[in-house]
This record gives sequence, C-alpha cells and structure tokens, in this order.
Amino acid sequence: MIDIRDVLVSFGSGSHRIDAVRAVSFFVEAGETFGLVGESGCGKSTLLRAIAGLQAIAAGSVSLAGHAVGPSRTRAERRLVQMVFQDPYGSLNPTHTVDRILAEPLAIQRLDKVDQRIDRALGEVGMGSQHRFRYPHQISGGQRQRVAIARALIMEPKILLLDEPTSALDLSVQAEILNLLKRVARDRGLTMLMVSHDLAVIAHMCSRIAVMKGGEIVETLPVDRLRRGEADDGYTRELLSSSLEAKRPG
Amino acid sequence: MPLLQIEDLHVSYQGRTGPVPAVRGISFALERERLGIVGESGSGKSTIGRAILGLLPPSASVTAAQMRLHDIDLLRADQRTLRRIRGKRISMVLQDPKYSLNPVMTVGRQIAESYRVHTRASATEAKRKALEMLEAVRIDNPERVYDLYPHEVSGGMGQRVMIAMMLIPEPELLIADEPTSALDVTVQAQLLVLINELIVRRGMGLILISHNLDLVASFCDRVVVMYAGRVMETCKASELDRARHPYTKGLLACRPLIDRARPELPQLARDPAWLDGPVAA
Repeated sequence: MIDIRDVLVSFGSGSHRIDAVRAVSFFVEAGETFGLVGESGCGKSTLLRAIAGLQAIAAGSVSLAGHAVGPSRTRAERRLVQMVFQDPYGSLNPTHTVDRILAEPLAIQRLDKVDQRIDRALGEVGMGSQHRFRYPHQISGGQRQRVAIARALIMEPKILLLDEPTSALDLSVQAEILNLLKRVARDRGLTMLMVSHDLAVIAHMCSRIAVMKGGEIVETLPVDRLRRGEADDGYTRELLSSSLEAKRPG
Repeated sequence: MPLLQIEDLHVSYQGRTGPVPAVRGISFALERERLGIVGESGSGKSTIGRAILGLLPPSASVTAAQMRLHDIDLLRADQRTLRRIRGKRISMVLQDPKYSLNPVMTVGRQIAESYRVHTRASATEAKRKALEMLEAVRIDNPERVYDLYPHEVSGGMGQRVMIAMMLIPEPELLIADEPTSALDVTVQAQLLVLINELIVRRGMGLILISHNLDLVASFCDRVVVMYAGRVMETCKASELDRARHPYTKGLLACRPLIDRARPELPQLARDPAWLDGPVAA
C-alpha cells in the first residue's frame, strides 16, 4: 500500500544543505499498521510529510496503492492519504466550527451528501450532533483529536498518517484515542503509518516498526521481537532500555 | 519540624461565572525526600507548585490552614521575604528550557546572575561558581558552553543549564514541574539520574510534578495522586502498582505496555463520586 524507495529530503542548498531524510526505503502492506520511532530531529515527521505530499522529495520514489505519486497530486491522490497531527489545537482552525472543519474538505473534494457524511464521521469517532456547531476551544483536547480524526476519515482514505497523535493528550484520553484508531483501522481496513517517540504506544498499535536515527532507518523489526527486547541495533536497544528504565525503579 | 508543611490548601481562579476551584483542600508534609505529584491536566498539580512559591496571578485566591517552610509562614510572608525564599531556599524547574531561559543572555551569565542575586559574590567569583556548576550538571566543556546563547544549546543541555541555575544558590527544596516532558527518552533518563544525584548529595527535598506515573514511581519516595483538585491517595512510590483508589488503578491500567500485547486498552470510567467522595487512606 505504501512503497517508499530511497527517499531523500533535504533543506537548504550548498554548504548549508541538510539531509533530513537520507535514502529511506520501506514497504507497508495493505491493512497493516507500521510504526516509525526515533528521537527529535531524526526525520520521522519529515518523512511522514513527504508521504502526505506536504514536503517535496529530492530523490527517490513514493508509491501509494500501487501508483507512483509525484510532487503535484491529483484530487484523488490527495484523498487517498489523510493525516492526523500531534496537537489538535494547532491543526484545527480556531475560527471554524466543527461543522465547517468537516465540511471544507468535502467541498474541496466536491463530495455530495454533506450532512450525512458529517453525522456519520462524528458518530464514528464517538461524538454526537451536540458537538457539531461548537468551536475547537469549546471542546476538550480528546474531543479535538476526535474531530481531527473525523476530518481525516470523512475523506474515506485508504491510508492514515499519524504524527504523534496522542502525545499531547492525557494518559486516560490517550487510551480512548488509541482504541478508536485501532477500531476504525479494523472496520475500514485502513493502512496506517504512525510516528511516535513513545515505544509503548508504537508497540501497542503496530505490527512492524522502523527505528530512525539521523535521517536513516537503522533497523526494521516485527513488534514481537521488540516486546521480547530482541533488537539487533545498538541504538534500538538504547531506546528500549531508556523506555523500560522509566518503568522499573533502578 | 518538616521542611514544608501544607494543610488544607485551597486555590481558586476568578472565572466569568464565579470562582473556579483548582485545588480543593490539599494537605501534605515534606521531609528531605522525593515527593511525586501525579495527575492529569486540570488536576491542579502545577497550581500547588506555584502556590508554594507565591507565583500565582492576582486573580487566584489562595487560602490554607497552614503553609510553612520550616517556621516561615508562606501565606503571610511579604513580597520581600518571598523574594528571599524564591531561588535561595525553594527553586523551580519548568518543563521547557526554551521558554524559561532568557534568550538574549548567555547561559553562563544567567547562572552567574542567579548566584549573585542571592550571595553578593563578585563577578569573578560568580563566574567560577557557574563554571563549577556547569561541570556538576555534566556539561563537557563548561568554558565553551558558558558563552553560548540558549538557542545554541540542545533541549537536554538547556534543561541542564536550568538545573544548574536553580541549584547554584543551594536551595533546600526543588520543585520540578514536568522537568523532562519536552525531552527525548534517552535524554530524560540521563537528566533524572542527574537530578537525583544532586538532590541526594545535597540532602534536598524534591517535589516532582508529572503526568507520567512510571517516571514518578521509579524516581520518588512517595507519590501523591491528584484528581480534580483533590488528593485521591498517597502511597510509597514502590507500592504504586498496589494502589487502592479506583482512579489510580484506572490510570495504571490504561497505559500501553511494551512487553505485553493487548487487543484493546482498558478505558478509564470517571466516577462522579471521585469529585467529593472518600479518598483512599
């Protein structure tokens, strides 16, 4: 479903050029949830933006659902991939109601039955019509993230890109959102690519994981190997032990 | 006499429709120990830290039966006394060094200033102390880092600078409000080890405010669990996994775990009785 080959993303030019993503390749099966982990500055969000078409790539190729996508995307190609960002407060327009936030992408994609689609999308994320005419500041952080997810789902995408979707949320709200994402992925047969710095969240959600460092993937491993602590790469082991260290008193 | 004694602390903010309570009747005593305060957003945990230092905005009303640092009554202390306590006896590390450091002053000068404000040391003496302190927070090349501006250092290094600045006047109590939440996991671990060493070596008290149960459990001696402005339970950090209050249990249960696969995470069902009902002993 997602096929990334030797993708290079760089910023600046000449001696100021920085390669944020260097020759990264991976493949995500249809219906699979794939995780990208790494620390700040490792290029994981940049890579996600490149797949979403928000960031131009300098070399390599991105194929989605079997078709290579270029720098300018058709309306159908844009609809295919939707993204959910870290901070719902930043990603929802504060001057638009939930209704308008959800109606706008429908208008852009020239879809019909707007009312029905909005109701259905809100219902799917566990919100009701009583929230439809509220502004983002009138609902809780968890509800805002639900609206952001509804905005992505309303396009009926095949691929959902998740950039730290729960790291701005409380623990109890995180559990609700993660359960919601798992459920919609299963119900709709979505392919998800999730970026996080939290190994526990990634392990809970994903079947396979790629660990990034300095713009490169240092290791790709199935989640059960991660759970058993069987990482080959030194950096993966370091991440794993730091995450476990916080759990068990030293 | 305990280092810090708080009895029945109430804080409320002035809202448009009347006072909004943020902290409702908190009591605890702190010895020279590491106390963790955990809770979700809006539980009032950060408000406590600010109330202790008298840093709440004028719109907040603070009442308590008692709030003392040794024999100093923090509630009735005048601004002059409070200024002498802030930094010198109680200091505070906040979440993100990007916002708490002065962007137009080198980090070294900020640390030296924090020393001079409280000691009347000469500039040379303060610089020497600041360099020592940079070394104590394990910054490799203190002379070089001394002359850097905050934007030239990483998040982890910025937080080390913050800690150096807060510990240089040798306070007895450090309040750390989410000190590592803005940092990467590998850096988090190093920084916590560092804070721990400095606290233990200097025999200081620590209040660690965090939303992260695991972090608090592994790092503190005692844990206070807060919900809606009240303490739900207080327990030994090592016994947090045997917590009795349903809120604490619910929070512990809904964490994703690396070493165990579960199809779904248990969701926390909030019981309205937690707002005013009995708390775990």
